[in-house]
Amino acid sequence: MTRLFVFFFSLVLVCTTHAQEAKPLAEDPVIEQRMIAIASELRCLVCQNESLAGSQAELAKDLREEVRQLLKAGKSDQEVRDFLVSRYGDFVLYRPRITPITYLLWGGPFLLLALGIFVLIRYLRRRARLLEPPTLSEDERRKAEALLEEKAP
Amino acid sequence: MNRFLLPLAIFIVLVALLAVGLTLNPREVPSPLIGKPAPAFSARLLSDPEKTFTPQDFVGKVWLLNVWASWCVSCREEHPLLIEFAQQGKAPIVGLNYKDKREDAQRWLARFGDPYVLSVVDAEGRIGIDYGVYGVPETFLIDKQGIIRYKQIGPITPDALNKKILPLIDELSR
Repeated sequence: MTRLFVFFFSLVLVCTTHAQEAKPLAEDPVIEQRMIAIASELRCLVCQNESLAGSQAELAKDLREEVRQLLKAGKSDQEVRDFLVSRYGDFVLYRPRITPITYLLWGGPFLLLALGIFVLIRYLRRRARLLEPPTLSEDERRKAEALLEEKAP
Repeated sequence: MNRFLLPLAIFIVLVALLAVGLTLNPREVPSPLIGKPAPAFSARLLSDPEKTFTPQDFVGKVWLLNVWASWCVSCREEHPLLIEFAQQGKAPIVGLNYKDKREDAQRWLARFGDPYVLSVVDAEGRIGIDYGVYGVPETFLIDKQGIIRYKQIGPITPDALNKKILPLIDELSR
Protein backbone atom coordinates (compact mmCIF):
# COMPACT_ATOMS: atom_id res chain seq x y z
CA MET A 1 0.00 0.00 0.00
CA THR A 2 2.72 2.43 1.00
CA ARG A 3 4.64 1.50 -2.12
CA LEU A 4 1.66 2.24 -4.28
CA PHE A 5 1.21 5.55 -2.54
CA VAL A 6 4.86 6.46 -3.10
CA PHE A 7 4.50 5.49 -6.72
CA PHE A 8 1.52 7.76 -7.28
CA PHE A 9 3.09 10.52 -5.26
CA SER A 10 6.19 10.43 -7.45
CA LEU A 11 3.96 10.52 -10.51
CA VAL A 12 2.35 13.67 -9.22
CA LEU A 13 5.81 15.08 -8.53
CA VAL A 14 6.88 14.41 -12.10
CA CYS A 15 3.79 16.19 -13.38
CA THR A 16 4.34 19.25 -11.23
CA THR A 17 7.98 19.60 -12.23
CA HIS A 18 6.87 19.54 -15.86
CA ALA A 19 4.34 22.24 -15.20
CA GLN A 20 7.06 24.38 -13.65
CA GLU A 21 9.34 23.94 -16.62
CA ALA A 22 6.66 25.17 -18.99
CA LYS A 23 5.91 28.24 -16.92
CA PRO A 24 8.31 30.84 -18.32
CA LEU A 25 6.91 30.26 -21.82
CA ALA A 26 3.40 31.20 -20.80
CA GLU A 27 4.44 34.22 -18.77
CA ASP A 28 1.89 36.38 -20.49
CA PRO A 29 -0.87 34.25 -22.01
CA VAL A 30 -2.18 37.04 -24.23
CA ILE A 31 1.20 37.73 -25.81
CA GLU A 32 1.85 34.01 -26.04
CA GLN A 33 -1.37 33.47 -27.92
CA ARG A 34 -0.67 36.33 -30.33
CA MET A 35 2.88 35.07 -30.82
CA ILE A 36 1.66 31.59 -31.72
CA ALA A 37 -0.98 33.00 -34.06
CA ILE A 38 1.69 34.99 -35.90
CA ALA A 39 4.32 32.25 -35.81
CA SER A 40 2.00 29.58 -37.20
CA GLU A 41 1.66 31.62 -40.41
CA LEU A 42 5.41 32.04 -40.81
CA ARG A 43 7.89 29.62 -42.28
CA CYS A 44 10.85 28.37 -40.33
CA LEU A 45 13.82 28.94 -42.63
CA VAL A 46 15.92 26.13 -41.23
CA CYS A 47 13.32 23.39 -41.70
CA GLN A 48 11.32 24.93 -44.46
CA ASN A 49 8.20 22.81 -44.26
CA GLU A 50 7.58 23.61 -40.62
CA SER A 51 5.99 26.72 -39.25
CA LEU A 52 7.84 28.98 -36.87
CA ALA A 53 5.37 27.97 -34.17
CA GLY A 54 5.94 24.26 -34.57
CA SER A 55 9.67 24.10 -35.20
CA GLN A 56 12.21 23.06 -32.59
CA ALA A 57 15.11 24.54 -34.54
CA GLU A 58 17.37 26.87 -32.61
CA LEU A 59 16.62 29.76 -34.95
CA ALA A 60 12.87 29.23 -34.62
CA LYS A 61 13.18 29.49 -30.85
CA ASP A 62 15.15 32.71 -31.20
CA LEU A 63 12.63 34.14 -33.62
CA ARG A 64 9.72 33.24 -31.36
CA GLU A 65 11.52 35.06 -28.57
CA GLU A 66 12.07 38.01 -30.90
CA VAL A 67 8.36 38.08 -31.75
CA ARG A 68 7.55 37.95 -28.04
CA GLN A 69 9.86 40.90 -27.37
CA LEU A 70 8.37 42.92 -30.21
CA LEU A 71 4.82 42.24 -28.99
CA LYS A 72 5.82 43.20 -25.46
CA ALA A 73 7.21 46.44 -26.86
CA GLY A 74 3.70 47.16 -28.10
CA LYS A 75 4.08 46.36 -31.80
CA SER A 76 1.00 45.31 -33.73
CA ASP A 77 0.74 41.87 -35.39
CA GLN A 78 1.22 43.45 -38.79
CA GLU A 79 4.32 45.35 -37.67
CA VAL A 80 5.87 42.13 -36.38
CA ARG A 81 5.17 40.36 -39.68
CA ASP A 82 6.60 43.32 -41.61
CA PHE A 83 9.75 43.21 -39.48
CA LEU A 84 10.35 39.54 -40.25
CA VAL A 85 9.62 40.04 -43.95
CA SER A 86 12.10 42.94 -44.04
CA ARG A 87 14.76 40.59 -42.66
CA TYR A 88 13.97 37.26 -44.29
CA GLY A 89 11.92 38.21 -47.32
CA ASP A 90 8.44 37.29 -48.57
CA PHE A 91 9.50 33.67 -48.38
CA VAL A 92 8.74 33.53 -44.64
CA LEU A 93 5.05 34.16 -45.29
CA TYR A 94 2.95 31.03 -45.74
CA ARG A 95 0.19 33.28 -47.09
CA PRO A 96 1.89 35.21 -49.89
CA ARG A 97 1.02 38.88 -50.24
CA ILE A 98 -0.86 40.06 -53.29
CA THR A 99 1.75 41.84 -55.40
CA PRO A 100 2.31 41.91 -59.18
CA ILE A 101 4.61 38.88 -58.84
CA THR A 102 1.95 36.83 -57.09
CA TYR A 103 -1.04 37.83 -59.25
CA LEU A 104 -0.73 34.62 -61.24
CA LEU A 105 -0.38 32.57 -58.06
CA TRP A 106 -3.56 33.99 -56.54
CA GLY A 107 -5.50 34.33 -59.82
CA GLY A 108 -4.29 31.10 -61.45
CA PRO A 109 -6.89 28.78 -59.90
CA PHE A 110 -9.73 31.11 -60.94
CA LEU A 111 -8.26 31.33 -64.42
CA LEU A 112 -8.22 27.54 -64.65
CA LEU A 113 -11.79 27.39 -63.33
CA ALA A 114 -12.95 29.86 -65.99
CA LEU A 115 -11.14 27.83 -68.66
CA GLY A 116 -12.78 24.63 -67.39
CA ILE A 117 -16.24 26.19 -67.46
CA PHE A 118 -15.64 27.49 -70.98
CA VAL A 119 -14.56 24.06 -72.24
CA LEU A 120 -17.50 22.38 -70.48
CA ILE A 121 -20.07 24.76 -71.99
CA ARG A 122 -18.64 24.28 -75.46
CA TYR A 123 -18.71 20.50 -75.05
CA LEU A 124 -22.29 20.47 -73.77
CA ARG A 125 -23.49 22.66 -76.63
CA ARG A 126 -21.90 20.44 -79.21
CA ARG A 127 -23.43 17.36 -77.60
CA ALA A 128 -26.88 18.96 -77.45
CA ARG A 129 -26.69 19.61 -81.18
CA LEU A 130 -25.89 15.93 -81.82
CA LEU A 131 -28.81 14.73 -79.71
CA GLU A 132 -31.42 16.97 -81.34
CA PRO A 133 -34.22 14.79 -82.88
CA PRO A 134 -33.63 14.65 -86.62
CA THR A 135 -36.10 16.71 -88.59
CA LEU A 136 -37.68 15.07 -91.62
CA SER A 137 -38.53 16.78 -94.80
CA GLU A 138 -42.01 16.34 -96.26
CA ASP A 139 -40.67 13.88 -98.82
CA GLU A 140 -38.90 11.74 -96.18
CA ARG A 141 -42.00 11.65 -94.02
CA ARG A 142 -44.08 10.24 -96.82
CA LYS A 143 -41.46 7.58 -97.48
CA ALA A 144 -41.37 6.65 -93.80
CA GLU A 145 -45.13 6.36 -93.62
CA ALA A 146 -45.17 4.18 -96.67
CA LEU A 147 -42.58 1.89 -95.07
CA LEU A 148 -44.51 1.68 -91.83
CA GLU A 149 -47.76 0.78 -93.65
CA GLU A 150 -45.99 -1.88 -95.66
CA LYS A 151 -44.80 -3.59 -92.52
CA ALA A 152 -48.19 -3.48 -90.82
CA PRO A 153 -50.13 -6.69 -91.33
CA MET B 1 -4.43 11.37 -83.47
CA ASN B 2 -5.33 14.91 -82.60
CA ARG B 3 -6.95 13.63 -79.42
CA PHE B 4 -3.55 12.59 -78.01
CA LEU B 5 -1.61 15.63 -79.15
CA LEU B 6 -2.92 18.01 -76.48
CA PRO B 7 -2.36 15.72 -73.44
CA LEU B 8 1.11 14.91 -74.79
CA ALA B 9 1.93 18.61 -75.11
CA ILE B 10 0.72 19.27 -71.56
CA PHE B 11 2.77 16.34 -70.30
CA ILE B 12 5.93 17.60 -71.98
CA VAL B 13 5.45 21.11 -70.55
CA LEU B 14 4.92 19.62 -67.09
CA VAL B 15 8.08 17.50 -67.35
CA ALA B 16 10.06 20.56 -68.44
CA LEU B 17 8.77 22.61 -65.48
CA LEU B 18 9.53 19.84 -63.00
CA ALA B 19 13.01 19.33 -64.49
CA VAL B 20 13.80 23.03 -63.96
CA GLY B 21 12.35 22.84 -60.46
CA LEU B 22 14.65 19.96 -59.56
CA THR B 23 17.76 21.98 -60.36
CA LEU B 24 16.76 24.91 -58.14
CA ASN B 25 18.05 25.12 -54.58
CA PRO B 26 15.21 25.81 -52.14
CA ARG B 27 17.77 26.75 -49.46
CA GLU B 28 18.78 29.81 -51.40
CA VAL B 29 16.28 32.40 -50.34
CA PRO B 30 16.88 35.78 -51.96
CA SER B 31 17.70 38.25 -49.24
CA PRO B 32 15.52 41.34 -49.09
CA LEU B 33 18.50 43.17 -47.59
CA ILE B 34 20.46 43.43 -50.82
CA GLY B 35 20.58 47.07 -51.88
CA LYS B 36 19.59 48.17 -48.39
CA PRO B 37 21.80 49.70 -45.70
CA ALA B 38 23.48 47.15 -43.45
CA PRO B 39 21.51 47.05 -40.17
CA ALA B 40 23.29 49.02 -37.48
CA PHE B 41 24.64 47.34 -34.38
CA SER B 42 27.24 47.88 -31.74
CA ALA B 43 28.90 44.75 -30.43
CA ARG B 44 31.85 43.81 -28.27
CA LEU B 45 35.01 42.48 -29.83
CA LEU B 46 35.87 38.83 -29.40
CA SER B 47 39.48 39.69 -28.64
CA ASP B 48 38.72 42.53 -26.23
CA PRO B 49 35.29 42.81 -24.56
CA GLU B 50 36.10 46.38 -23.56
CA LYS B 51 36.04 47.58 -27.15
CA THR B 52 33.07 47.70 -29.48
CA PHE B 53 32.62 47.75 -33.22
CA THR B 54 29.83 49.21 -35.33
CA PRO B 55 29.44 49.07 -39.13
CA GLN B 56 29.61 52.86 -38.99
CA ASP B 57 33.37 52.50 -38.33
CA PHE B 58 33.86 51.01 -41.79
CA VAL B 59 32.04 53.65 -43.85
CA GLY B 60 34.27 54.42 -46.82
CA LYS B 61 35.54 50.85 -47.03
CA VAL B 62 34.38 47.86 -49.00
CA TRP B 63 34.27 45.00 -46.52
CA LEU B 64 32.91 41.55 -45.83
CA LEU B 65 30.85 40.52 -42.84
CA ASN B 66 31.25 36.80 -42.30
CA VAL B 67 28.94 35.03 -39.86
CA TRP B 68 30.73 32.13 -38.20
CA ALA B 69 30.74 29.91 -35.14
CA SER B 70 33.03 27.29 -33.68
CA TRP B 71 30.15 24.76 -33.68
CA CYS B 72 29.52 25.31 -37.38
CA VAL B 73 30.91 22.49 -39.48
CA SER B 74 30.62 24.15 -42.88
CA CYS B 75 32.51 27.15 -41.51
CA ARG B 76 35.57 24.93 -41.49
CA GLU B 77 34.96 24.20 -45.15
CA GLU B 78 35.21 27.83 -46.22
CA HIS B 79 37.89 28.79 -43.71
CA PRO B 80 40.99 28.10 -45.86
CA LEU B 81 39.40 30.20 -48.59
CA LEU B 82 38.83 33.09 -46.19
CA ILE B 83 42.45 32.92 -45.00
CA GLU B 84 43.69 32.98 -48.56
CA PHE B 85 41.38 35.89 -49.33
CA ALA B 86 42.58 37.81 -46.25
CA GLN B 87 46.18 37.41 -47.40
CA GLN B 88 45.36 39.06 -50.73
CA GLY B 89 44.33 42.16 -48.77
CA LYS B 90 41.55 43.12 -51.15
CA ALA B 91 38.99 43.83 -48.48
CA PRO B 92 38.86 43.43 -44.70
CA ILE B 93 36.71 40.62 -43.30
CA VAL B 94 34.81 41.24 -40.09
CA GLY B 95 33.70 38.11 -38.29
CA LEU B 96 30.34 37.91 -36.57
CA ASN B 97 30.76 35.20 -33.98
CA TYR B 98 27.21 33.86 -33.87
CA LYS B 99 25.78 32.17 -30.77
CA ASP B 100 29.10 30.92 -29.59
CA LYS B 101 31.13 30.75 -26.39
CA ARG B 102 34.04 33.14 -26.19
CA GLU B 103 36.60 30.48 -25.20
CA ASP B 104 35.42 28.07 -27.91
CA ALA B 105 35.58 30.79 -30.53
CA GLN B 106 39.09 31.89 -29.52
CA ARG B 107 40.32 28.31 -29.46
CA TRP B 108 38.84 27.74 -32.90
CA LEU B 109 40.64 30.78 -34.34
CA ALA B 110 43.91 29.74 -32.74
CA ARG B 111 43.59 26.30 -34.27
CA PHE B 112 42.44 27.11 -37.79
CA GLY B 113 43.88 30.62 -38.24
CA ASP B 114 42.27 34.04 -38.02
CA PRO B 115 41.35 35.72 -41.31
CA TYR B 116 39.38 38.49 -39.60
CA VAL B 117 40.55 42.03 -38.96
CA LEU B 118 38.28 41.72 -35.95
CA SER B 119 35.44 39.53 -34.74
CA VAL B 120 32.42 40.74 -32.84
CA VAL B 121 30.35 38.70 -30.44
CA ASP B 122 26.66 37.99 -31.05
CA ALA B 123 26.01 35.55 -28.24
CA GLU B 124 22.21 35.75 -28.35
CA GLY B 125 21.91 35.88 -32.11
CA ARG B 126 20.08 39.22 -32.09
CA ILE B 127 22.39 40.78 -34.68
CA GLY B 128 21.95 37.61 -36.72
CA ILE B 129 18.18 38.11 -36.77
CA ASP B 130 18.66 41.72 -37.89
CA TYR B 131 20.75 40.46 -40.79
CA GLY B 132 18.28 37.69 -41.67
CA VAL B 133 20.81 34.97 -40.87
CA TYR B 134 19.34 31.48 -40.91
CA GLY B 135 22.21 29.24 -41.85
CA VAL B 136 25.76 29.76 -40.71
CA PRO B 137 28.08 30.54 -42.46
CA GLU B 138 26.74 33.54 -44.28
CA THR B 139 28.72 36.36 -45.81
CA PHE B 140 27.66 39.90 -46.65
CA LEU B 141 29.53 42.23 -48.98
CA ILE B 142 29.07 45.82 -47.85
CA ASP B 143 30.07 48.82 -49.95
CA LYS B 144 31.59 52.20 -49.06
CA GLN B 145 28.18 53.71 -48.31
CA GLY B 146 27.32 50.84 -45.98
CA ILE B 147 24.91 49.21 -48.43
CA ILE B 148 24.70 45.41 -48.61
CA ARG B 149 25.60 44.42 -52.16
CA TYR B 150 25.80 40.66 -52.04
CA LYS B 151 24.95 37.83 -49.69
CA GLN B 152 26.43 34.36 -49.75
CA ILE B 153 24.32 31.80 -47.95
CA GLY B 154 26.33 28.81 -46.81
CA PRO B 155 30.08 28.43 -47.25
CA ILE B 156 31.86 30.55 -49.82
CA THR B 157 32.87 28.41 -52.76
CA PRO B 158 35.89 29.16 -54.99
CA ASP B 159 33.35 29.64 -57.78
CA ALA B 160 31.33 32.25 -55.87
CA LEU B 161 34.51 33.99 -54.74
CA ASN B 162 36.07 34.26 -58.19
CA LYS B 163 32.96 34.88 -60.25
CA LYS B 164 30.89 37.07 -57.95
CA ILE B 165 32.62 38.40 -54.86
CA LEU B 166 36.01 39.40 -56.27
CA PRO B 167 34.67 41.15 -59.40
CA LEU B 168 32.12 42.97 -57.25
CA ILE B 169 34.83 44.11 -54.81
CA ASP B 170 36.92 45.41 -57.72
CA GLU B 171 33.94 47.27 -59.10
CA LEU B 172 32.92 48.77 -55.74
CA SER B 173 36.46 49.75 -54.74
CA ARG B 174 36.91 51.90 -57.79
